[in-house]
Amino acid sequence: MKRITIEPVSRIEGHAKITIQLDDQGHVAGTEFHVTQVRGFEKFTEGRPYYEMPGITARICGICPISHLLAASKACDAIMAVRIPPAARKLRELVHCAQIVQSHALSFFYLSAPDLLLGMNSDPATRNVLGVIAEHPELARDGIELRKFGLQVVEGLAHERVHPSWIVPGGVAAPLGAQARDHMLSELQSAKAIAERSIRFFKGALDNYKEEISVFGAFPTMYAGLVDAKGNLQLYDGSLRFRSASGEIVEDQVAPEDYKQWIGEASLRESYLKAPYFMPQGFPGGVYRVGPLGRMNAADRCGTPAADAEFREFHERFGVVAHSSFLYHYARLIEIVYALERIEALLHDPQILDTHVRATAAVNALEGVGMIEAPRGTLIHHYKVNEEGAITWANLVVATGHNNLAIGRSVQQVAEHYIDGTKLNEGMLNHVSAVVRAYDPCLSCSTHADGSLAMRIRLVDPEGKLLDEVAN
Amino acid sequence: MAQKKLSIRIDGQLISAEEGQTILQAAKANGKYIPTLCALDGLTPVGACRVCLVEVSGVDRLFPACTTPIQEGMSVTTNSPRLTRYRRMSVELLLVERNHTCAVCVSNGHCELQSMATALGVNTVGFAYNYPKLSVDMSHPRFVLDHNRCILCTRCVRVCAELEGAHVWDVTSRGIHARIVSELNEKWGQATSCTNCGKCVQACPTGALAEKGWAVEEMVKKIGTVTSLVHRRGVQV
Repeated sequence: MKRITIEPVSRIEGHAKITIQLDDQGHVAGTEFHVTQVRGFEKFTEGRPYYEMPGITARICGICPISHLLAASKACDAIMAVRIPPAARKLRELVHCAQIVQSHALSFFYLSAPDLLLGMNSDPATRNVLGVIAEHPELARDGIELRKFGLQVVEGLAHERVHPSWIVPGGVAAPLGAQARDHMLSELQSAKAIAERSIRFFKGALDNYKEEISVFGAFPTMYAGLVDAKGNLQLYDGSLRFRSASGEIVEDQVAPEDYKQWIGEASLRESYLKAPYFMPQGFPGGVYRVGPLGRMNAADRCGTPAADAEFREFHERFGVVAHSSFLYHYARLIEIVYALERIEALLHDPQILDTHVRATAAVNALEGVGMIEAPRGTLIHHYKVNEEGAITWANLVVATGHNNLAIGRSVQQVAEHYIDGTKLNEGMLNHVSAVVRAYDPCLSCSTHADGSLAMRIRLVDPEGKLLDEVAN
Repeated sequence: MAQKKLSIRIDGQLISAEEGQTILQAAKANGKYIPTLCALDGLTPVGACRVCLVEVSGVDRLFPACTTPIQEGMSVTTNSPRLTRYRRMSVELLLVERNHTCAVCVSNGHCELQSMATALGVNTVGFAYNYPKLSVDMSHPRFVLDHNRCILCTRCVRVCAELEGAHVWDVTSRGIHARIVSELNEKWGQATSCTNCGKCVQACPTGALAEKGWAVEEMVKKIGTVTSLVHRRGVQV
């Protein structure tokens, strides 16, 4: 028996390690995906005033703090039992779409493009965003521009790019001005052109990735995502839908406050990341995937013209339910198209400049749940408070958590396909990491982030003797 | 009868000040800046924060300007490397004593402790953080007391007793265990003497006392309402 450890997995947000167990013949006997750090937000927020939760939980992550701000504020809205003003709802969706654009652009162009464009077996010294800039300067520039656009919209609305204090319980802190709106609109068309160019490029290159598509988490699971009453994709509002591997809707219109009836949370050995599962199918059978692929599979359509055309083409290529996790990249690009169309529609909405953007109230309910679609999937914040408004209990179900079981199984599939235990090589190492990257996991959200470091795989025998080692 | 005038020097400049004035009052009256944190116009000075420390010629130890009365011929230095070092240390000790997490505080950007730390160049803290486990009193319908952010300046105690006349607040225990308490250690919401006027909240230099419901960075204190009230009523201390 031999054990291979990949630690840490690089170019993801947060810290993880992968353990691969080999049998005596050098075949993969088992794999484990560990998230190695603990954070404790659910515990140390006990006793804090509920209305501080958006500000505190936003600190979970610097990549998509907007997601936590929104989910926390929605949970607080529920505790206050207020219906937030229509303009506030639209402004929240607007900032959310901008965040989706910047976060997806980061995942695709900065983190995954090195694997996709330079090749999984290319020199690790240049297999990074700088390598992409050298080899494909146009595409790299597009990625940077697209992310900049998303961040500029966030800044235009919230005045800060990271951890803004603009999203508050009851709505948002300040209305949008006409000048700021016009500035966003002036930049929008070039962002749309980039999104269109990028997805065309990716589709043109799909044939190069046939092998990856067939082994990167290509197994049937359920999928989950928020949809509206008509089955359209939703990012900010909506109810949760579970679709089975064969395409039937298993559960639909699950309201945020009912999530616990359908989602169970298991604790895994050697990982600080909990593993949510679909309760009726039990653990570990109730595997489902969320995030861009989950949403593309759960929804019936996107609800905006260009994204709907892409949505149809996606399903024509890969069926009603697309099972390969490699297609997260594809789904991410479709969602960028969708988010930009939503940004355009919202900016043209006359109500978007309305100055009534905040509802106020004290504690009217002792429990509140906020649910949104974060870039990486469904995010749930659930709080209980006492009558004075102090948090007595908190539970966060984060996007990457939902995907935990699927990531584990994908690692196993890729390892079985690529790893021959007699000798390690760089390309094999990177395939295992690349499948994790396809999910764009945010381990900072799920537990803790320490920055991204180099990757190292060690092959040791049962006595702990180092047999082989590769690192970048 | 006119107050007796005394001659003193502040930073070398000859100043004529009234007998009975503190160094801080004399300095202010003559346009000299001395940093302060616990002092508030119109309230009895207590010398709690040690940020207003000054040097007096001929004496080795430092004096708090807010509580030290002037004397004829006194020569005061309000700024020196030594004073900056001690003032910075005082602020650092305030920061390590409790849990001042600016990023998620309702008073972030509007906090006197934060601005004082910035002004004194406190960009690192040289002492170990204390990380005490402290409670938050949310029992009042409109206001919150968060002991994590309290620096024991006692402005709330004084403004309530001296200006509102209710004397809801006091300090219990000693040293590191000292805490602000309302009405003989009742929860604030149960304090029958509290008039809900909110002067303590507006006078508080940090986010320790805040209006309920404001999110991060939203609690802007209206300290001018407290000090202008002092001047209108002509409160003399």
